[in-house]
Amino acid sequence: MAIFVDASTRVVVQGLTGGQGRFHGLRNRAYGTRVVAGVTPGKAGQDVDGIPVYDTVADAVRTTGADASFVAVPPKAAPSAILEAAAAGVRFVVCITEGVPAQDEARVYASLLRDHPGTRLLGPNCPGIISPGKCNIGITAGEIALPPVAGARNVGIVSRSGTLTYQALFELKSRGIGVSTCVGIGGDPVPGTSFVDCLAEFERDPETDAILMIGEIGGSAEEEAAEFIAARVSKPMSAYVVGVTAPAGKKMGHAGAIVSGGKGTAAGKIDALRRAGVQVGANPTEAGAFMAHIVRG
Amino acid sequence: MDLLEYQGKQYFARFGIPVSAGDVATTPEEAVRAAEAAGYPVVVKAQVHVGGRGKAGGIRIATDAAEARTHAGAILGMSIKGRVVRRVWVERASDIAEEYYASFTLDRAAKQHLLMLSARGGVDIEEVAATDPGAIARVHVDPLEGLDTATARAAAAAAGIPERARDGVAAVLVALYGCFTKGDCDLAEINPLILTTSGSVHALDAKVSLDGNAAFRHPEWEEWRGTEELDARERLARDKGLQYIGLSGSVGIIANGAGLAMSTLDVVQQAGGAAANFLDIGGGANAEMMAGALQVIDSDPAVRSILVNVFGGITRGDEVARGIVEAMRRVTLRAPIVIRLDGTNAEEGRAILASAGIPADRLVSKPTMLEAAREAVAIAARGA
Repeated sequence: MAIFVDASTRVVVQGLTGGQGRFHGLRNRAYGTRVVAGVTPGKAGQDVDGIPVYDTVADAVRTTGADASFVAVPPKAAPSAILEAAAAGVRFVVCITEGVPAQDEARVYASLLRDHPGTRLLGPNCPGIISPGKCNIGITAGEIALPPVAGARNVGIVSRSGTLTYQALFELKSRGIGVSTCVGIGGDPVPGTSFVDCLAEFERDPETDAILMIGEIGGSAEEEAAEFIAARVSKPMSAYVVGVTAPAGKKMGHAGAIVSGGKGTAAGKIDALRRAGVQVGANPTEAGAFMAHIVRG
Repeated sequence: MDLLEYQGKQYFARFGIPVSAGDVATTPEEAVRAAEAAGYPVVVKAQVHVGGRGKAGGIRIATDAAEARTHAGAILGMSIKGRVVRRVWVERASDIAEEYYASFTLDRAAKQHLLMLSARGGVDIEEVAATDPGAIARVHVDPLEGLDTATARAAAAAAGIPERARDGVAAVLVALYGCFTKGDCDLAEINPLILTTSGSVHALDAKVSLDGNAAFRHPEWEEWRGTEELDARERLARDKGLQYIGLSGSVGIIANGAGLAMSTLDVVQQAGGAAANFLDIGGGANAEMMAGALQVIDSDPAVRSILVNVFGGITRGDEVARGIVEAMRRVTLRAPIVIRLDGTNAEEGRAILASAGIPADRLVSKPTMLEAAREAVAIAARGA
């Protein structure tokens, strides 16, 4: 088992003929992901290293049975690409695009909620999702993730930051801990999938025994997660919240990562998670060490 | 990008939000011309990116040309919370009957737009929220439905705004919502929104924060870039396309990805040091960007060591290593480098660095980010 995607997931890459789409789409396929189609308007009939390209997502879905999409197009085109995938009946959309305006993100989120409740969006501005050994959609280097280890307790990862997602995978792999699924939800103001969405899925997933969460400054997603954990998550957790030293009023790279008006501080988030029973490390390595202690007892 | 008050008012006017007649001035003479055009009495207001202008003496009323000249002369060049005033906004003084508060932001928890409206304006709204939360009406707006006049009027009633001002307030709210959405604002705030003695409602101040991600569809924002307050390091970094924020420590930081960069700041502090900056070279950074980043960091005289923390994903370790070698060939870096390299092509990268013939006291490689942080802090402490 895994959450959101597994070995049977069939992926269409929107923007497969572009630089990013081609590089990561082919890399995902090389990992073993079933990349069945690409979409670029006006390029139907072409192929990218044997992967057929279609004009529309609807054509790709009809012909190849794709049920997940990987959106790798520029910010201007991303909102309509996401909605096109949803309208074509794709149930899981991963958008790695960085730089989508917040107003567009809010409208896309509301449109999905109202018109396409069966579609889940991951991102934008996220590294994607990997269920090690089964499916990898996005930009994560597959080799840094250890697949679930039979007979051992395995861990689900959810993270708001891209490179810290890799760091988290690395911390667990270097300790020999397997990962059921690793979800990068992205650092933008309106992520399609939240911590809470992922925590609920991990709680249900029989292959996930414990959960590692990576939060960051800004917004209140970690506080909402803490509330959910206290009420609904029985599996043990460790966490790291980045940005203890971030100055107020400065956006730290991510559009969402900003301490403003005394809100969104790392200290407040760490406190909320600890009160919910999560072991919070001072850095990714300590969070990994806590997790090793959790799964090995 | 945060706009100055006068820029916010210019932006408001484009979306039909009533503001006082006025103009911006950079000299006392320009201020007098602006005052003559607006008509006396006028208010002369310092244009800086900080609050508390009134208390600092940065907002003054002038009843004639002599006063306008004197006040503008006093305010221009004044320092408010460390920011030197280079511009004043001169506008016709208003006869204020009442002061309200109105703003639109994105409520990230609800994933909807949020209108906040209060009959208690002209004061710090955080203070009102803390002491009298019932005085602020909070109304969520569905981004697909937008805000209509009836809803805006109902919000005005809920906020305790008197009947005689509700139509005017509702009209401003609908226009302000248009500015917030079509104008791609992260924040569009009016404090105070005033009711004049003659019964009209208009914006007496403007606080606007623009979403940088939407700059591609707003070429008109370009004219406001010149007033952004960046220090020399930040300007150099922006010219090189790097995400850089200047801080006050002695350990220069280069990392790939915002999260890893922030985390590097954290571990430097845990090791007993302080970061000189935040710098994200981004995904897919190449050798040239790496070299540029090193130059920006090394231009900061406070920097005693440079910590490079790279976990390759899209970014390749060999490219990072080539960038470091290239930078060290091009310029003499004052500060030694401590590097931690993992992920995509990390081994190739380490091999490139090892064979480049760089002296061991100029470049140190460490296997983990914690060890690298400790080393960088130790070097910075020795060099201080």
